[in-house]
Amino acid sequence: MNNLDLTGLTIKEASQLLVKKQIKARELTQACLERAHDLNKKLNCFITICDAVALEQARRVDELIANNQKLSPLAGIPIGLKDLFSTAGIRTTAGSKVLANYVPVYDATVVARLKDAGAVFVGKTNLDAWGHGSSGENSDFGPTLNPYDLSRVPGGSSAGSAAAIASGACIAATGTDTGGSIRTPSAFCNLVGIKPTYGRVSRYGIIAMASSLDSIGHLTKTVYDNALLLNVTAGQDNFDATTLPAVVMDYTDRIEEGVKGIKIGLPKEYYEGLDKNIKKIVLDAVKVLKGLGIKVVEVSLPHTKYGNACYYIIQPSEVSSNLARYDGVRFGFAREKFSPEAKRRIILGTFTLSSGYYDAYYLKAMKVRRLIREDFVKVFKKVDVLICPVLPTLPFKLGEKIDDPLTMYLSDIFTVTINLAGLPSLAIPCGFINNLPVGMQVVGPDFSEKLLYQVGFAYEQETKWYEQRPKL
Amino acid sequence: MAISKKEKKIKSNNQRLTINDKRLNIDVPYTANLANLKLSKSEEKLFPKQLKEIIGYVSKLEEIDTSKVEPIGHITGLESITRADIPAPSLSQEDALKNAPKTYNGFIEVEAIFEEQEDF
Repeated sequence: MNNLDLTGLTIKEASQLLVKKQIKARELTQACLERAHDLNKKLNCFITICDAVALEQARRVDELIANNQKLSPLAGIPIGLKDLFSTAGIRTTAGSKVLANYVPVYDATVVARLKDAGAVFVGKTNLDAWGHGSSGENSDFGPTLNPYDLSRVPGGSSAGSAAAIASGACIAATGTDTGGSIRTPSAFCNLVGIKPTYGRVSRYGIIAMASSLDSIGHLTKTVYDNALLLNVTAGQDNFDATTLPAVVMDYTDRIEEGVKGIKIGLPKEYYEGLDKNIKKIVLDAVKVLKGLGIKVVEVSLPHTKYGNACYYIIQPSEVSSNLARYDGVRFGFAREKFSPEAKRRIILGTFTLSSGYYDAYYLKAMKVRRLIREDFVKVFKKVDVLICPVLPTLPFKLGEKIDDPLTMYLSDIFTVTINLAGLPSLAIPCGFINNLPVGMQVVGPDFSEKLLYQVGFAYEQETKWYEQRPKL
Repeated sequence: MAISKKEKKIKSNNQRLTINDKRLNIDVPYTANLANLKLSKSEEKLFPKQLKEIIGYVSKLEEIDTSKVEPIGHITGLESITRADIPAPSLSQEDALKNAPKTYNGFIEVEAIFEEQEDF
């Protein structure tokens, strides 16, 4: 197979070829590494590319395959790691100049689990510094570009992860989602992204943004690939007391079950005033699912309009606390190196937590948060899942929203409510407008990831948007 | 019990804030200092307006009556997660010091916080 064919594989396809010994992990890894290097000046997907580590990991997998060892479906698969994930011995920057020279001495739990499964680490992907951003433009190492249109943003904050997969530099990548940071770049880059239930995947070793909102997930080309990865990363972890002891199931088991009889809610607050082209494309997707047997119910989530305000109190408050540890004394550089966006959020959060303002802001927001969650809990008594748009806009132009922070924050209106409620959401491609990708999200109750994959898979197999690639 | 003037001030700060409220004029230099952040000249100029806009936007939460609502804790309801109190290996001292900019004799070196003083 030529390099382009290799980098175009899904995890499922690559895994089968490796097991059948039709390709070697080394050639698959080399193809991705070459692509990563070739495109990095153009797209800026990676802060660090790990050639030596990746080739050694691939070599070990090839050896195990040659000895007929039974391996995980992730063995030999080149993946990207968002640069918030601590990797022992590999620089981890959080996209910030503050940590430009920081080399962790331990692996995040998710990294250790992926290593144990035999995954190959292509590199550390670019991101809005500290996760602060919805476009990929807030990286201290330069913005990442959208492979589908180099004048536009790939979405953030997991920008590099999305652009790397879409451009063929890796087959899957990890991400974090605090207010949409997996779902937004997935939607903008024609990918599948999971934001699991809060506590489904361990946050240990992942540079914290807002600890009651951070959700650890990943981006892939297909729904099945996505389920394969969750099988490895999900599960209780003694190092993260907020992880659930809930049993991890095989998320690929009966993924092709179909959607007959499943009740899908369309929350009206997510569709009122929505751009008519995006509305049409999402409702067309719902029509496809109707044809497969779902029932549609209109529902209401009355506190939706307060979600963004609630989020932009709670998140900066928790950010101000989590970023207090960067003192330039025990690791990293001094606090002067924080970019303006990081400083803004720290100051905002310090204000909303400060004496005299805490009750009016943080405490108030935590009460509103309960109301937002209760909206969802009530609705899930009537329906099984919800379908909503991911963003109110198409991938926007670089620089378009960067001058006014509030304008950028308004991109998050459909994603933050899910983080506030702690629920899982699966972003899947639902088409193109003017050759730009559009995504929708399937939202479910706590720990319903299996159902989300079922719904996503059924839709995906009817439409196969993943077959479209950017023209690079 | 009578409440102090200071407590009265804090209490009144917690009441309804409207968009034209002077309390939305966040004291940026003061707050930045609380967060141990030094601002550049351009940030000192830019931030007050930007932050005031954001605070104005998030202040819309005061429209909602939450007088009978409890603030939410752990979102999926976990409580009191503990583990057995058994010590286990952690980072070695060498590893813990690997990223420190200045070390001395196995310690992290920090800026002096106390001044030398003459003995009385």
